[in-house]
Amino acid sequence: MAQETTRETLDLKEVTIRFAGDSGDGMQLTGSQFSDTTAIMGNDLGTLPDYPAEIRAPAGTLYGVSGFQIHFSSTDIHTPGDTPDVLVAMNPAALKKNISDLKRDGIIIVNTDSFDAKNLKLAGYAKNPLEDENALDGFKVFQVPITTLTSNALKDSGLSLKDINRSKNFFALGLMYWLYNRPLEPTLEWLISKFKSKPEILSANETVLKAGYFFGDTTEIFTNRYSVEPAKLKKGTYRNISGNEATAIGFVAASIKSGLPLFLGSYPITPATDILQFLASYKNFGVKTFQAEDEIAGITSAIGAAFAGSLAITTTSGPGVALKTEAIGLGVMTELPLVIVNVQRGGPSTGLPTKTEQADLLQAVYGRNGEAPIPVLAAATPSDCFYMAIEASRIAVKYMTPVMLLTDGYIGNGTEPWRVPHENEIADIPVKFRTEKEGFEPYSRDENLARPWVRPGTEGLEHRIGGLEKANITGNVNYDPSNHDLMVKLREQKIQNVKNDIPDLAVQGDAEGELLVLGWGGTYGAIKEAVDKATQKGYVVSQAHLKYLYPMPKNTKEVLSRFKKILVPEINLGQLAKLIRSEFLIEILQYNLVRGLPFRSSDIENQIVEILGGNNGK
Amino acid sequence: MANNIDEAPVKLTSKDFASGQDVRWCPGCGDYSILAQVQRSFPDIGIPKEKMVWVSGIGCSSRFPYYMNTYGFHTIHGRATAIATGVKVARPDLSVWVATGDGDLMSIGGNHFIHTCRKNVDLKILLFNNEIYGLTKGQYSPTSAKGLVTKTSPYGSVDYPFNPLSLALGAGATFVARTSDTDGKHMQEIIKRAAEHKGTAFVEILQNCVIFNDGVFDPITDKANKLDNMLMLKHGEPMLFGKDNKKGIKLDGFKPVVIDLNDSKNSINDVWVHDEKATGHARSFILAHLADDPTTPSPFGVIRQELKPTYDEGVERQIAHITEKKGAGNLEQLLFGGNTWEVN
Repeated sequence: MAQETTRETLDLKEVTIRFAGDSGDGMQLTGSQFSDTTAIMGNDLGTLPDYPAEIRAPAGTLYGVSGFQIHFSSTDIHTPGDTPDVLVAMNPAALKKNISDLKRDGIIIVNTDSFDAKNLKLAGYAKNPLEDENALDGFKVFQVPITTLTSNALKDSGLSLKDINRSKNFFALGLMYWLYNRPLEPTLEWLISKFKSKPEILSANETVLKAGYFFGDTTEIFTNRYSVEPAKLKKGTYRNISGNEATAIGFVAASIKSGLPLFLGSYPITPATDILQFLASYKNFGVKTFQAEDEIAGITSAIGAAFAGSLAITTTSGPGVALKTEAIGLGVMTELPLVIVNVQRGGPSTGLPTKTEQADLLQAVYGRNGEAPIPVLAAATPSDCFYMAIEASRIAVKYMTPVMLLTDGYIGNGTEPWRVPHENEIADIPVKFRTEKEGFEPYSRDENLARPWVRPGTEGLEHRIGGLEKANITGNVNYDPSNHDLMVKLREQKIQNVKNDIPDLAVQGDAEGELLVLGWGGTYGAIKEAVDKATQKGYVVSQAHLKYLYPMPKNTKEVLSRFKKILVPEINLGQLAKLIRSEFLIEILQYNLVRGLPFRSSDIENQIVEILGGNNGK
Repeated sequence: MANNIDEAPVKLTSKDFASGQDVRWCPGCGDYSILAQVQRSFPDIGIPKEKMVWVSGIGCSSRFPYYMNTYGFHTIHGRATAIATGVKVARPDLSVWVATGDGDLMSIGGNHFIHTCRKNVDLKILLFNNEIYGLTKGQYSPTSAKGLVTKTSPYGSVDYPFNPLSLALGAGATFVARTSDTDGKHMQEIIKRAAEHKGTAFVEILQNCVIFNDGVFDPITDKANKLDNMLMLKHGEPMLFGKDNKKGIKLDGFKPVVIDLNDSKNSINDVWVHDEKATGHARSFILAHLADDPTTPSPFGVIRQELKPTYDEGVERQIAHITEKKGAGNLEQLLFGGNTWEVN
């Protein structure tokens, strides 16, 4: 017991921990609790939930392993970490599946109770790795009988064996809180709010959490504890936020700042469903969420709501966008404001529902019949989703057009600390409905080429719109060849006008030079970290990140032309590279890795080094 | 005063509802009759035209909104009810009407249709049923009779058709009615009843396609046949038909049978009395299926009307309730909600 005072606490700059277990083991909850507590501690952090599509895959199997990785530090960081320093493995499958990612010398904490013959066989271990000297060679392995210790702690609780077993993740969490010097209070408070009405579960989880913490304190297994000082972040109030929650709050802000009631038509689809769930809970903001019968009704109900004068949104993932495609064209033809959010996942078809990817860019830019241009925006980080949701709404109502906002499974589910803006720091979105009868024409245009928006119910402005080609100005059905040519070009020019209304492409690092790494979307953090590390090692490399993919900022070509080489890393086969080449006739070096996972910054850093080290390109 | 439209009635004429666009249906098309009856009915309904929205999908019938001087939206194939749902949920103060056809509503739009009915969204759906695809020039539709020879069924269609009334009832529509393009007066009555109904009102209109399915309803609706083959339903009245109303429908258990009142064995007291608001759906389904029973006349009128809160009302009520409970949403509080911490 007296050990505690003699135990040395080592101060670390950064740590990456991966919690892994069965998909029923509560690893996502454990990880998100650890993240929230770590955020409150003032560390910078990035997270990567990585779970199977099956809700409760058969226990003990490799494909049923669910993981949650958190990277936290005392400095500014941008990724969930490339290689974990610590692996918490709740069973053999979790160990087997994750050990190859672990840093050499890394710490492994295993639940020894789960290393029985059955689980070892399911994980494909011929021999128990805990008893095999070579298997875990080079790692610091801590063997903890987590299931037994949990049962002991709850032996008087009166809970069933099943409920007791379900609490074991809190033992692991408590132990990690002790090991990394985190307070229990935030999780204790969360437990109280979550299990108010189930006092026996509340009390059991509290007991087990504390048991895990005290186990660390009393056992002699651990010779060190670790601490990570708070990061020096910009002054302000922070919260830990996921991209999906930020997107939802962004739309509420856009609704308030535009004075338009918010309507969301959506159909549940991984990994976008959270946005629908969050918005469904904001009823007291007047938010109307319509859980539609299918993806098509999700977008078409939103188009109806846009016609009726709402800020209309539909949220989905790639397969859903495929189904909504025809309706997006209707939005283009009828020139109604609408935001389509695509939280991208691995494709094609059903693909990898719970994994991230960036392969829907060309679908977003080109994937419609006819000439059907729409602005395409992409958020760079979880908290950036908030600002881009507002920006997508602003462009939609100003230019009377559907707008596609791309996020992805990684930034949608991943979290980071967000310096929360005050309401008064968010700009208003001006909206003017047409009410004057005099000279009203449904397809007349303002200086931006946007047509007037009229709320039904406005006397004297009754008019009809539809998917058939419109006569310029009057909007009557028209099949005249020269009118069609004019309208096709007007619709394109209107979208091109958005260029005049968006920020220039900014360069981080030297404004010109040998190499620019150009990215878009959720790869921002990995590219940033790679460029920073390469810079620290003396390489001269700059970074630019596109948040407006169509149209691109006015200065894009000029920025790109200042660099001898441009590297575009993407989690697809080179879709931005294709756009850049076709738009600017500029040569691009591609780096493409499509694993369903975010980039490791080291992969990008290696590319930078290879290019600048004299090995020219790939 | 229909529905939840608050303004004082404005007495308009049928001309006020004409948009002035050239009507482009084929000469003799049943759609002309429907347009005329709608334009004639609306002044009596009393809804200001700026409060009215017509939504349609794709097909001959779906050109309808262009000819109405109201707000209108000619959308994409099959999606009219979904788009109209968005309009109504966003703006419950509007009177929202759907003009659609058998292909648009029951084939490509089938899913949206049944879910609209299930939710009891306050929409008025007029199905122009001509049992054929007209705009694509004559292919069999989901309501075409089995065996119909068309361009895509040169040896006769092997499909069984939908019974639209039964489908609407099964999906939970709270107002289900049927009329014909041959009987303008009846159509006006039904349109007015639909307008007054609060909830999903489904009206099947038998509509003749003069080009691709001409005369398909003649065995029921033409002068020579209508007395014997059209059963004009009236709430609270016995189901009589035939010359001098001497034939009636008797309900023999669950089986509807035709009885002859000239026969002394039968009396008027044996005839099934129509009850639009019958408890349970069994009788409504029996009525709906008279339409495909060759031994009985075909039903016209209001098959069923049921009153229950609409989806759009439910949405509004919930928002009001939660707002009262939690207080009106405050953006600053939402932004700073959850666990926050200060960095100094």
